[in-house]
Amino acid sequence: MTRKDPVLLWWSLLSLGLVVLPWHWLQNGHSIPALFAPFVTDADSTSALMQALFHGRFWFWPVLIAWAALALALRPGLSREAKGRLLFGFGLFGLAMLILQGWTIGPRGWFSPRLEGMFGELSERQFGIGAGGALSFFALLFLTTEGLALKGRFGGDRFIAGSVGFLVACIILFTVWPVVTILGQAFKPPSDQTLWVAFVDRFFHPKVWGLACVYSGSQCGVAWNTLALALSTATCATILGLCFALIVTRTSFPFKKGMRLLTVLPIITPPFVIGLGLILIFGRSGLVNQAAENLFGWQLGRWIYGFDGVLLAQVFSFTPTAFLVLIGVVQGIAPSMEEAAEMLRADRTRTFRAVTLPLMMPGIANAFLVVFVESLADFGNPIVLGGSFGVLSTEIFFAVVGAQADFGRAATLALILLAFALAAFFIQRKVIGTRSYVSVTGKGDPGLARPLPDWVKRTAYGIAIPWAILTVTVYTLALAGGFVKVWGRDWTPTLSHFGRAFAIEWGPHGLIWSGGAWSSLFTTIQLAGIAAPLTASVGLLAAWLLSRQKFAGKTALEFALMLTFCVPGTVIGVAYILTYNIPPLEVTGTGLILILCFVFRNMPVGVRSGMAAMSQLDKSLDEAAVTLRASTFRTLRLVVLPLMKPAIVTALVYSFVRAMTTVSAVIFLVSAQHEMATVFIINRVINGDYGLAIAYSTVLIVLMMAAIGLITLLVGERKLGRRKADSPAANPAGVSA
Amino acid sequence: MTTKKQAAEVRLTRVAKRYGAVTAVKPLDLVIEAGSLVTLLGPSGCGKTTLLRMIAGLERVSEGKLYIGGRDVTDLSAGERNVSMVFQSYALFPHMSVLENVAFGLISGGMGKPEAYAKAEDALTTVGLKGYGSRLPSEMSGGQQQRVAVARALVLEPDVLLFDEPLSNLDARLRRSMREEIRELQQRLGVTVVYVTHDQSEALAVSDKIVVMKAAEIAQAGSPRDLYEEPANTFVATFMGEANHVNAEVIKVTGTRADVKLGGAQFNLPARGLTPGSADLVIRPEAVRLHAAGTENTLAAKIATATYMGGVAEYNLETPAGRLFVIAPEAHAVRAVGEEVGLSFVERGTILVRP
Repeated sequence: MTRKDPVLLWWSLLSLGLVVLPWHWLQNGHSIPALFAPFVTDADSTSALMQALFHGRFWFWPVLIAWAALALALRPGLSREAKGRLLFGFGLFGLAMLILQGWTIGPRGWFSPRLEGMFGELSERQFGIGAGGALSFFALLFLTTEGLALKGRFGGDRFIAGSVGFLVACIILFTVWPVVTILGQAFKPPSDQTLWVAFVDRFFHPKVWGLACVYSGSQCGVAWNTLALALSTATCATILGLCFALIVTRTSFPFKKGMRLLTVLPIITPPFVIGLGLILIFGRSGLVNQAAENLFGWQLGRWIYGFDGVLLAQVFSFTPTAFLVLIGVVQGIAPSMEEAAEMLRADRTRTFRAVTLPLMMPGIANAFLVVFVESLADFGNPIVLGGSFGVLSTEIFFAVVGAQADFGRAATLALILLAFALAAFFIQRKVIGTRSYVSVTGKGDPGLARPLPDWVKRTAYGIAIPWAILTVTVYTLALAGGFVKVWGRDWTPTLSHFGRAFAIEWGPHGLIWSGGAWSSLFTTIQLAGIAAPLTASVGLLAAWLLSRQKFAGKTALEFALMLTFCVPGTVIGVAYILTYNIPPLEVTGTGLILILCFVFRNMPVGVRSGMAAMSQLDKSLDEAAVTLRASTFRTLRLVVLPLMKPAIVTALVYSFVRAMTTVSAVIFLVSAQHEMATVFIINRVINGDYGLAIAYSTVLIVLMMAAIGLITLLVGERKLGRRKADSPAANPAGVSA
Repeated sequence: MTTKKQAAEVRLTRVAKRYGAVTAVKPLDLVIEAGSLVTLLGPSGCGKTTLLRMIAGLERVSEGKLYIGGRDVTDLSAGERNVSMVFQSYALFPHMSVLENVAFGLISGGMGKPEAYAKAEDALTTVGLKGYGSRLPSEMSGGQQQRVAVARALVLEPDVLLFDEPLSNLDARLRRSMREEIRELQQRLGVTVVYVTHDQSEALAVSDKIVVMKAAEIAQAGSPRDLYEEPANTFVATFMGEANHVNAEVIKVTGTRADVKLGGAQFNLPARGLTPGSADLVIRPEAVRLHAAGTENTLAAKIATATYMGGVAEYNLETPAGRLFVIAPEAHAVRAVGEEVGLSFVERGTILVRP
């Protein structure tokens, strides 16, 4: 059993990154020959070694020294301890030097004037990191973690050490750094103001915190708008979700399956479809308005554009989320509790009020907070229906894209939004952490849930059934809108909207994708297709590390990961363009930034479904594999992963679907070359071209259902013999848009 | 299948395990001789499973050194130690066939598939499961799964084979036959086995040596006979089989023998280092003889309950020294409740212990 030394592999990759590949992001695009950089004479397109040797770029020497020193670790016969120390020391040194050179020297020489004062003006300059730089970074990272493992950290396990290092690096690079950048931007004063004046001006601007709506007819500040909206949405959605959950779990309602199906809809529909449906019903040329005018001569006006409309749309969108959270809560209450109450002479009403409801309280609070956060982060509904009613997420957008392009203001608003989200997150942690009565012991509870008191049942039916019908109506109409000429004026059935979006013509050189939507559709599928497996792997890796391994700093990693989940998409969007439009990591305007955004926005889905699946797998299975000489990686590949197929499917499906339907962060990151479907649709909606928007949404929904089917087919069933395995319930709830 | 290699000795020196402020295993020394079967016995929470998992390499040792076959394995991971383990839950991989399960460790170690499967077949034959290789674990009974788990561990020809309460998921009858099978297999292959259980009869049946643990420490280690007949303290005595525990008085010590007085009864026992004064006396239920009331040199007693158990009769007796549980062989003549009797004590099964 000879195992190859992984140090050799990483060191070779490091050599590849330093000697062969072009260090910088190539300004004229990447091609295969361009990757053999030593033969390129242009300083900006060659490898680090060549740049140091022939172009006087001295700042690469420290990294190259680390490279040479690390070669020492390849000597045979080195003791474990010495090798570990060598790798860790020089690996870390190399990483530090790599980051330092990237951070201090940019396309116009030194980044800071102080450095220029110290070292004099630089004649040479550099662009952002490219293939060589990125490869070198990860090779150095893994050499460092290898050293840590050899030194006995992480239980001496190189795979765990490497995984933890990788995750930490990713979280720092793609979440912490952008968030810190946005902080910096918010506190950077314009040239004509001092720090404090600018800070007070931005944070306490009447447009943010104004209370004009209380004493006059005008609008309140966006912060109040956002809070009021989030609180209202959370209240309504939680009540509705609870009614649905009670009906599905505690009554003999005949259409339970259909109700569960409703919960899938918002996951596969782009977030503004509901807004569109509402416009088609209650908008100025909507069905209800037209009927009212024709029959009674009433003018219902444009009430749908504003607080009421956004609230309605959000309740439609997030009730399923609350429902999913609450169904788990209601099912988690041990029936024996209720049986005990009944044995103690409590009637049904008293049982419900004194036992069932209090036991559900923490879960209800959790559902409320989850919806609250989703509402805060929601961008699609307010942008479609908000009108002059602004919330933080849309104001951030307008601050960036508007004529003002005021990044300082956008950053400030983003910080306020982030603070709200974090506050909700901490309250949620506290609620769940200290007061969860739902315990899964693994022991079967033989009891039967008591029937609901009649008045509870009647209330639940009375609220939930009309709402379910309304939901179906909204969806149906939203989609029907794609098949008529002009909604409200010309009801002639037509497929012309599909034609405009998806026309194909025969040209002299074969097919021409002449429809307006093709380019964005192809980009979307391509990027979502690349992002989904990455998201799932990183997410499941994190889930496995957190639920199965013990290592120093695990709690911190878990906390950092959870924290990244609650950063609203708009905040991430602004943070990404602020962070990545300058070297060392200059990827704004590329497809890469979109993929990165998808991966780190949607990772929670992978982590959650992974953790859920992992908690159902007996830990002794892993241990058995380890005692059977399997390396950690082999255990993961042959034992854990095959048993987690349902979780893998869930992670893949959701990350793909969410990459296709997300708007909030993406709208900042798209470029002419890389336009996403949702952004394309939003722009049609803003221009009032509903027909095309709906046609496109329909195609997206169909496409995603096909993708879900395909992924399920590809990953396959888990093989467990006679017994049909329960797939761990994926809970997509609590993931902010 | 036979083992080709020499069995290995396991040596623990000052080995301890701490979880933060909680001590799961206090520093202890233990030698497990090559080719012997040693059980770690104790109530739940005594640290026996933690000790086993430290030998396996599944838990890191907080302090001390661990040697297997003379090699320091303290810092080696489970896969590098050449030990294998049979888990309480068996931990058979549910998505692999029985043969794949058994061959898993061999293939992990770098063996080619054809050879690994051939060896796995051999191992299945050894445990009496020839021809079951293509089944899934879920298609086998509890006892068969147990055997697969044993085969999977054995096939690696480990230095040490570890069992973590392997029989606790089986019914009583199967447990008895499986423990005999494990003992038989261990003696045939001459492999070193460390075996965790909380069932003293299981420990007595299979062990060369028993290590009784209590509250993160070794209470006593020795052969089954030593522990039963010469318990170091009342905990070991009461844990190793049924025992009554009363207070008696040592009147006089002469050489290695002591005169002991218990109520009206006086008898002579091995002193076991005790000096005159108050002493603890452990009395096995089968070491008590019942006589007519008032017989000379007996402890007066009254029958509180009497139970006919088929081969024997069981009594609970009220005595001035406390309540005694007694198993009497003469089941054909069960005494009546309320009857007054006198008790004498047989030397084998009546043991002086330090309080």
